[in-house]
Amino acid sequence: MRKLWIIILIMIILSPLGIILPEIFKAGSAWGEWGPDELKELVGFIPQGMEKLSSLGKPIFPDYNLKIWENGDLFYQCIGYIISGFIGVGILILITYILGKILSKKEDNG
Amino acid sequence: MHIPDGYLGPQTYGSLFVITVPFIIRAYNFLKKNLKRSQIPMLALGSAFSFVIMMFNIPIPGGTTGHAVGGVLLSILLGPWATSIIISIVLIIQALIFGDGGITAIGANCFNMAIIMPFTGYYVYKILKGNRPLSSKRGILSAGIGAYVGLNMSALFTAIELGIQPLIAKDINGNPLYCPYSLSTTIPAMMMEHLLLFGFIEGIITMLVISYLIKSKIIKEWEYA
Repeated sequence: MRKLWIIILIMIILSPLGIILPEIFKAGSAWGEWGPDELKELVGFIPQGMEKLSSLGKPIFPDYNLKIWENGDLFYQCIGYIISGFIGVGILILITYILGKILSKKEDNG
Repeated sequence: MHIPDGYLGPQTYGSLFVITVPFIIRAYNFLKKNLKRSQIPMLALGSAFSFVIMMFNIPIPGGTTGHAVGGVLLSILLGPWATSIIISIVLIIQALIFGDGGITAIGANCFNMAIIMPFTGYYVYKILKGNRPLSSKRGILSAGIGAYVGLNMSALFTAIELGIQPLIAKDINGNPLYCPYSLSTTIPAMMMEHLLLFGFIEGIITMLVISYLIKSKIIKEWEYA
């Protein structure tokens, strides 16, 4: 079990590859995940309904980055990405443990 | 595959919430009956793995990016019901905290990645594997094929949800209100990249992880789904 958590840790540290490689190979967003401005470049207009809905979310770490580094260079984006990885995993561990405790049966301790 | 806010109209994202919620309740009740305390660390590990593997965006040079989800891998190891809950939690956190996938689209994204993917992949794996153990060559290959099929089914549903938008929601000038691409664009675009690249990546990752878990004797075959 411990070994597996170490693997997760290594994956988080290597995760910036997920933004460095797309940068090197000049690949953009995933298909259908463009922001309104990117979409405008593609089709020439921003659909009206999208314009209203697209600003709905106010994520604390937009695009897995810190807000202060939103327009930072790749190095800061990578650091932001790693921090986001730790925060995301931390939150998920917390939630799954709480949910697991609520859902699971006590009698079993296998 | 994370549909952002604004790509789906209320009819679509609303309906998908309506489909997804009872499913998640069913999964919740299933776990309430079957989850053992000793399995909690595996759930935590599974959610962490899925979250982190989705951070590895894989580029198509000069084009788009995509990533693995780990949905079928988890459903083979933890069962499809537990996986539905875990991936839903991951998707909700991604939407709320990291802006990956829309808030209005949480129902849709959970439907595609937390329901369609783990269940189709799991049953493809089950059928192909027959009564051989997971640790057999056939077992591991079946897991890989299941992962390939699961990710592609998820991509297909995503493409359909996006592609029906121009049909059902237009403004007074006849322009699409939400996703502007029709089915004839969304299906080929999504399916080409998933059938030719991302599906294989999902399959290979699934087979590598399962082989590693078997070789390192971390798991014996345990299926409680």
